[in-house]
Order: sequence, then C-alpha cells, then structure tokens
Amino acid sequence: MITLEGVTKTYRMGRIEVPALQGIDLYIGRGDFVAIMGASGSGKSTLMNIIGCLDVPTSGRYILDDTDVARLADDQLARIRNKKIGFVFQSYNLIPRTTALHNVEMPLIYAGEGGRSARAREALVSVGLADRVNHQPTELSGGQQQRAAIARALVTNPAILLADEPTGNLDTNSSVEIMRLLTRLNAEQSRTIVLITHEQDIARFASRVVELRDGRIVRDERSAA
Amino acid sequence: MNLYEALRMAANGLLANRTRSALTMLGILIGVTAVILLVAVGNGASVQINNQVQSLGANVIYVYPANARGSGGVSQGFGTAQSLTQADVDALNTRQQDPDVVAAIPIAQSGGQITYGNQNYFAPTTGTTPAFPQVRNYQVAEGSFFTDDDVTARHRVVVLGQTVVDNLFAGTDPIGQTIKISRQSFRVIGVFAQKGGSGLGSQDNVVVAPITAVWAYLTGARGKVISQIVASASSAGTVTQAETEITTILLNRHQISDPTQADFQLQSQQDILNQATSIATALTLVLGAIAGISLVVGGIGIMNIMLVTVTERTREIGIRKAIGARRRDILVQFLIEAMVLSGLGGALGIALGALLAMEAPKIPAIASSSFPTPVVSPTSVVLAFCVSVAIGLFFGIYPANRAARLHPIEALRYE
Repeated sequence: MITLEGVTKTYRMGRIEVPALQGIDLYIGRGDFVAIMGASGSGKSTLMNIIGCLDVPTSGRYILDDTDVARLADDQLARIRNKKIGFVFQSYNLIPRTTALHNVEMPLIYAGEGGRSARAREALVSVGLADRVNHQPTELSGGQQQRAAIARALVTNPAILLADEPTGNLDTNSSVEIMRLLTRLNAEQSRTIVLITHEQDIARFASRVVELRDGRIVRDERSAA
Repeated sequence: MNLYEALRMAANGLLANRTRSALTMLGILIGVTAVILLVAVGNGASVQINNQVQSLGANVIYVYPANARGSGGVSQGFGTAQSLTQADVDALNTRQQDPDVVAAIPIAQSGGQITYGNQNYFAPTTGTTPAFPQVRNYQVAEGSFFTDDDVTARHRVVVLGQTVVDNLFAGTDPIGQTIKISRQSFRVIGVFAQKGGSGLGSQDNVVVAPITAVWAYLTGARGKVISQIVASASSAGTVTQAETEITTILLNRHQISDPTQADFQLQSQQDILNQATSIATALTLVLGAIAGISLVVGGIGIMNIMLVTVTERTREIGIRKAIGARRRDILVQFLIEAMVLSGLGGALGIALGALLAMEAPKIPAIASSSFPTPVVSPTSVVLAFCVSVAIGLFFGIYPANRAARLHPIEALRYE
C-alpha cells in the first residue's frame, strides 16, 4: 500500500545541488513493521518526510493507497496527512498549554469529524493514559508525552504510523515501554508502522529493517524474529 | 474547523501570554475610548446648540439694520444706522401683507449696572413691547409682564430672568422690590421661568422693560434707537414665506427698489441652527478623526504582537500542519486571535468611554463650566465595535498569512 518507485530528492543550497535521495524503490505492505536505519546524512529524514507527505519527491512516484501523492498541492497533502498518516516525533511535539485530551482531539478537529471527545479518550485509554487525560504536556513524563503523541497519531485511524526516532529522548525503560506499545499495536491492530532510527536495539523490535546510505537502500531484510 | 473550536484555540493562544495580550488590547482600548468619548463630546455640543437654538424659538426671525451707509456711499460710522423704526414694527404687525408673521417687536438694548440693596450685577437691559414673551417664547413664572399702558406711560417696571434674580435676590421675593439700573429706579413686576442653555449667551440673563422707559431713562442721548426687530412666524415651516413678506414690506417702506441695497438684513433661527449644526458636525468629525489615529496605532501594535506570536509559535504551527491543518485553518486561527484581541479591546474601550462620558459631568470643574454634556450615540458604539474588529482583521491578515504559508518541515525544525 506504500509504493515508492525511483524516488529522488535534491535540495538546492544556493548554487549547489545536494542529492538527498538517489532513486529509492520501496514497497511496504499493510501490517508491516519496518525500521528505516541509517547514519545521519544517509537521507532517512528526507525519506520520512516524503513518506509522511510533508514533502514531495523531486522525481519518481509515491503511491499511497492508490493515490499518487508525488504531485499534490499543499492543502491536498494536508488532507492526506490528516487522514492517512499518524506522526510520532522524537521530541513528542505536543501542543503546549493544551491538555492531552485536546491534543489528541486536534487531528479530528481539522478532519471536521464528530464524537471527538469520546474517540480521543478511547485512543488515550488504548495507550495506557486513562488517568492523564486532563493533564498538560508539562505535567507528563517523557514516556507519557510520547504515549499521548501516539494516541494523537492513532485517533484518525490512519493507514501508517510514522515514528521518527520515537525513543530518542527517552531513558531505556521508557524506550522499551514505547517500543512494546508499538509492537502491540502492530500485532493486535495490524497497524502499519514505519520506524526511523539509528539504534540497532530499537530497530530489533521491527520485523523488517531497511538501511540507507548516501540516499540509497543498501540493505532490506526481514528479521528472523 | 468550526467557530467554537477556532475561538477556543484563540482564547488558548491569548491566555498563554496574558500580559502581552492585555497590553496589546490596551492599545485598542485607549483608541476606542478616545473615539467614543470625543464623539460623545461632539454630539453633546451639537445637542446643546440645538436645544439652545430651539429654546430661542425655531420660528423666530431677526431683522437688523444693515451696516451704516450714507446716501453717497459715505460711511456714517457705527450706531448711526437707524434704518428700523417703530413704524416698521407697526407695519409688520398689521398682518395685511404678511399673513405668516404672527407678531413683531422692537428691541432697544442698553447695558448697565444693576443694583439691589448691597448686591450689584451686570446684565443687558432689553426695551421692548408686551408681545415679547410670545415672540421670544418666554413664560412668566411669577408676577406678570408689562402691558401696553406701561409702554405708553413709560412706566419704570422690569421683568427679570432667573439668573438675574439668583444674583441679586438671595432668597427674597423679588416681586414688588425696586432695583436700580444705571442709577434709575425700576420696580420688579415679574420673573421669567428658567429657559436653560448657555454658550450663545444665557437666555436667563435678561432684564426686560418697556421700550419707552428704556429710551427715556437709559439710552439717554442716543435717542429712540431700535437695534433690531424680532418677528415670529406662525410656525417653523412658514419661516421662509414670513421672511419674504417682511423683506417686501420693509423694502417698500424704505423706498428701496434694489434688494441688494437693502438697509436691513434678516436672519432666522433656522439659519443660525444650520450654521451651528454644521460647525458641530465638523467638530465631531475632527475629534473622531484625531481619536481614529490612535486606533490605527493600536492596530499596528496588534500586527507587531501577532508577528512575534507567529514566530514564537512556529513549531506549534508545524505540528498543526503535520497533523492535517490546511493553510486556511492556520490563517483563520491567527486571524481570529487578532480579532478577539481587537474586538475585546474595542468592547472594553466602549465600556470605558461610555462610563467616562457619563461620569464626566459629575466632576465639579466640568459641572460648573458650560462644557457640553457628552452624549454617547448608539451609532458610534456599534461603529466603534465594528471598526475595532475590522482593525484586528486588517492588521491580522499579514501575520496570519505568514503563519499559514510556513512550510511544515521547516516549521517543525524551528527551535
């Protein structure tokens, strides 16, 4: 359901053209749990931005659920992000001074969908934050903030959960908790999860590892587990 | 995204930085207060002038001698123009050629020190005929007005306005008392009811006596001068016809064929009212415009703060875009924030302005002066509110548009 064909991305810095992605072919099926690995500068952030519809490729095709999103305009990309993609960021990126519940409601507000409060509450319960619903981000621990962010990503029932270094700011215990949560969501709800990380330990939780180097895929294998 | 959510987001954003929001609002608040207050003062002046002119009688026509001018074009100097005579007054009162003129009275003015006991006061003394209360719209509150017999016999009797009574008779009944005007004794036979009004010269600061007595005892060497004739038309609507009739009669009597050479001039209360109203309107506009400048300054303050807010919340904007906010959603969010800021400032400014307008007349220094009582008009309230919201919209567009155009990736990376 995610198909990338010959995707390239070139950034222009003044007069110099910097190639970030140099021809990526990648297929990710429903229910897959893929870890995208690579050193910094390997192009994994660029790839994430394109998969997350935050950016469009310079050339190539990106087909998400039968839609070629490579040529869509800003507002159409916003629609797709809203409906089909759930983001989990390294720095949680909850909106400050806003309760966990209202943060989780936010995507539904932009979608213009009803029953927001009940659905947001449900999503928070599913990530184990039932008792933190009315807390603001500053009143939550790092692990709890990341759970709230995962609840926000799940609430619109998106096709992919896109996690960019979700454990980068967390201690080992919280990291393991968050990875267990993602694994559970993948196993129980068949969520498609794309995980960006540079840590082997974290990538181990995924069922498939794709490694990038200099804007090309150099490894793509399923783990034995 | 519905309006409720948008307002909730705006409130959230504004509450996040209370001091800053309050200070920004203060800019609009002061501007709107100034507009409301100054327009109220202008309106008050307009109402005051209107009342005053109305109290003089909207159907009143004044006839003045033209500037003194000799037969050969030689100026004869001030005070020598005696073009108006008692015969003119009598002619106007026959009502044969002037059906729209109800009555006409001659006026002879004399200044003079007025004393009663050890009190003294200065007020103009008006010599006239018994039709004075009818023509000038005065009511006699106590005693009575003088009669034709008093005029014929040059009786030294006077009717006083309320201000004169207050200044001369502290508590004692003036009726039957004798006062002295320029050392001549006059007996008080009546007191006028209060007319109110000030500014153009109080209507209550009058001393009225038979014109013959004024000529005989007060104007002295100047003789039987009539400084003006006051005529009343049958109604405010017939003033124009009455003016034409008076002009025709007087031109005939003075044997002048060319109306431009007339040795008299007419002014109706309507003329005065029109002039006064246009002055008051201009005053209101100028005051409003000056206050409007401070509103624009307040608007620039809003733009400034919204630009800071957008920069500060770049990351939040990135998050919102990542989870599906479209340009329009971000634009509306910040526009509504700016409009809530200015609208709230405007509403508070209206409240403060109206409060000041109501309380100002109670300040002793203002109460004792002839400063007009401010009148807050509903139009200015509605207009001020709409304008302040519009200012939020206008000055919010640039910052909000800037926010809406941010690229999500760059916004998310912003530290």
